[in-house]
Amino acid sequence: MQNEKQSRPSTPAMVQVRGVSKVYEGGVEALNGITLEFPQGQLTSLLGPSGCGKTTLLKIIAGLITPTAGEVHVDGKKVTGPGPERAFVFQDFALMPWADVMRNVAFGLELKGVKRSEREAIASKYIQAVGLKDFERAHPHELSGGMRQRVGLARALAVNAKVLLMDEPFSAVDEQTRRKFQEDLLQLIDRERKTFIFVTHSIEEAVYVSDRVVLLSRRPSRVSAIIEPDISRQDDPDKIRRDPAYLDTVENIWQGLKHYVE
Amino acid sequence: MMIGRFRVPMLASLLVWAVVWEICGQSGASLVIPPLSNIFRRIVEIVPTPSFMNALWITGRSFLLGNAIAVIIGVPLGIVMGRSLLADRMLLPWVNMFLSAPLSALVPVIMVLFGLGEKTIVLTVVLFAIWIIVLDARAGVKGISPSLVEMARSFGASPWQAFSRIYVWAALPEILSGIRLGLIRAVKGVVIGQLLVSIVGFGSLFELYSSRFLMEHFWALLFVLFIFAFVLNEILVWLERKVEYYASSRH
Amino acid sequence: MREGLTHPLLLRVLSVALVVGAWEYAGRVPISPAFPTFQETFAAFLEMVKDGTLAKATWITLKPLALGLFTSVVFGVAIGTLMGLNRFAEWLGSPVFIIAQSAPLAALIPILTFAYGIGLTSKVLTVCIMAMPVIVLNSLNAVRHTPNSLVEMGRAFLASRAKLVTKIILPAASPMIFAGLRLGCAAGFVGVILAELLITPTGIGDIITYNQSIAEYPKMYAAIAFIIVFSVLFIEAIEWLERALFGRNKGQFHAERETVPA
Repeated sequence: MQNEKQSRPSTPAMVQVRGVSKVYEGGVEALNGITLEFPQGQLTSLLGPSGCGKTTLLKIIAGLITPTAGEVHVDGKKVTGPGPERAFVFQDFALMPWADVMRNVAFGLELKGVKRSEREAIASKYIQAVGLKDFERAHPHELSGGMRQRVGLARALAVNAKVLLMDEPFSAVDEQTRRKFQEDLLQLIDRERKTFIFVTHSIEEAVYVSDRVVLLSRRPSRVSAIIEPDISRQDDPDKIRRDPAYLDTVENIWQGLKHYVE
Repeated sequence: MMIGRFRVPMLASLLVWAVVWEICGQSGASLVIPPLSNIFRRIVEIVPTPSFMNALWITGRSFLLGNAIAVIIGVPLGIVMGRSLLADRMLLPWVNMFLSAPLSALVPVIMVLFGLGEKTIVLTVVLFAIWIIVLDARAGVKGISPSLVEMARSFGASPWQAFSRIYVWAALPEILSGIRLGLIRAVKGVVIGQLLVSIVGFGSLFELYSSRFLMEHFWALLFVLFIFAFVLNEILVWLERKVEYYASSRH
Repeated sequence: MREGLTHPLLLRVLSVALVVGAWEYAGRVPISPAFPTFQETFAAFLEMVKDGTLAKATWITLKPLALGLFTSVVFGVAIGTLMGLNRFAEWLGSPVFIIAQSAPLAALIPILTFAYGIGLTSKVLTVCIMAMPVIVLNSLNAVRHTPNSLVEMGRAFLASRAKLVTKIILPAASPMIFAGLRLGCAAGFVGVILAELLITPTGIGDIITYNQSIAEYPKMYAAIAFIIVFSVLFIEAIEWLERALFGRNKGQFHAERETVPA
């Protein structure tokens, strides 16, 4: 297990989850006593089998769902609902089909009451950053799945939140696009210096992009393990995928999770 | 809707409205809103009378005959339109037009051509019901999965066999739905027809009650009609549910 | 050759020609002394256009129609939206409007006449009772079926309740609301004609009943054909308005979300 560090993170925690449980109406227990910390400026993945409650946990952090027990603190303040310091990227994009790309990306700012000229300027910057320059006036139905997801990402970036919450953002696109997104995400993290919390069910994806991987067990979910892949990301992105450290980490996690599938 | 922890059914709100009506009626606030209890009393009173029974018989048989004609003409027509591009392109604009046109404007024409009797009522019913029946039958046929058609041909089915054993059943949910909607429209049609042709059937009763300002009787008649329409609708919904089990798995 | 035979425009022209031809033939036979030929009817139509009776009558008929439709749309959409947003309102109003939609409301016309006389009020109210149920129910359903992920997205980006309604729920509901408007207008036309035939003859209804009573069948038929064509064009105009308001880009969004009229 030389390739993983399982020590306490040394950077301060931006998001603290304490004893969070969630029981749905009808008695379905999704989460059971989750206690976690998410270090500032790092990307932490929530990984686990399907239906294990990782999206539930993400939405609790986002303030979209209230926990049955426990608390979440973001930047020292308790979470009671959605807030300006957190931005969400949806799995099914959640774009407004009647609005063009510019309006969709600027939507978070529009809701804050930012003047039109100002918010379009900010939105333009992020539209360009995600590679959709020239598509400002297009509508969602004219875009591919990958492009729509980039709009969702640009929208979340435009509000300049400290914490970015991403719910399986790359699961609805094809494999090639997905790989490209993962590579782009690494560059983004490097540039933006925000705290990222990333939900995925793909082990390779988690290990590829994350500074820390939190493994959640099957429902009712508990924290099963925390792994910090010791992978150098300075190199060529393709090289990472053949790095022995990367492959070993993936294999170890898979072995750990395998018995849930059987 | 929930009050505290109790689930209150939707129909309960009708009880609230019934109480409101009763209070309004008792207070004499408006001449045209008699107390609900009086209306119910009248219903019990007039239903068994021979004049009511006679009116019911006349209007009822015109209604059923009209619907039968609408189904017998409408369903095959819709099927033909669903299968033949030529027929479809020629007839669809007319069907669509008559579907949303104010058909009540055509009733005077029917009256002028066929007189003020039962024939007119039957034709009014046909006029109101047929368009949605055609449209839904067409939709049902158009929605038949091509692989079912191929299957029929690959097993050597004759056109009649394919039609009666496969297509009719595959399109049945939509056809039934069209018939049900056609029936609702037919009720509206028969009422409109009866309001304009006030010599026979319920029309004569409407005329009688309104000319003598017998508000309670008028409302009683209306209630009977509304209940009839509702019961009819429910019967057809039940029928539709019987074929629903395969409706969603057809594609 | 086959392609040419089934060309839509050709067939449309052909079918109109056939109907006109059949009409002309039936009139000449004649199938009834009360059945004029197409030529006679058309000539009567032109005559009424020329001497201004048609224009005057249309204007008179339009008054209760326009007033009634305007009231129905404003109140109908408002009530339907309120019912969509508030469970109590829905509980109170739903059964009433559902019954109203399938009940033969035309039967209430004599009662309206008793209560409000034979003037404009009764006619406006007739249009209202015919048009409102379908508008209310469509608005209710449209609002209730707003895609959950869009609402969640709005909450995640901190939209207030009011902004959620105006910026997300209502735009998402607009295709179905417009479908309801078209159905409501069709019902409104039925209402105004019935009102004119049953309450007191004015406008187009007057032309129909007067000419019927003096056996001037060509004019009677011409008026009927005119009002039918007029109502169809009116409803087309609403569809055109919808397209104009929401633009080509949203065309697909609108087309996907409509339902078959009941």
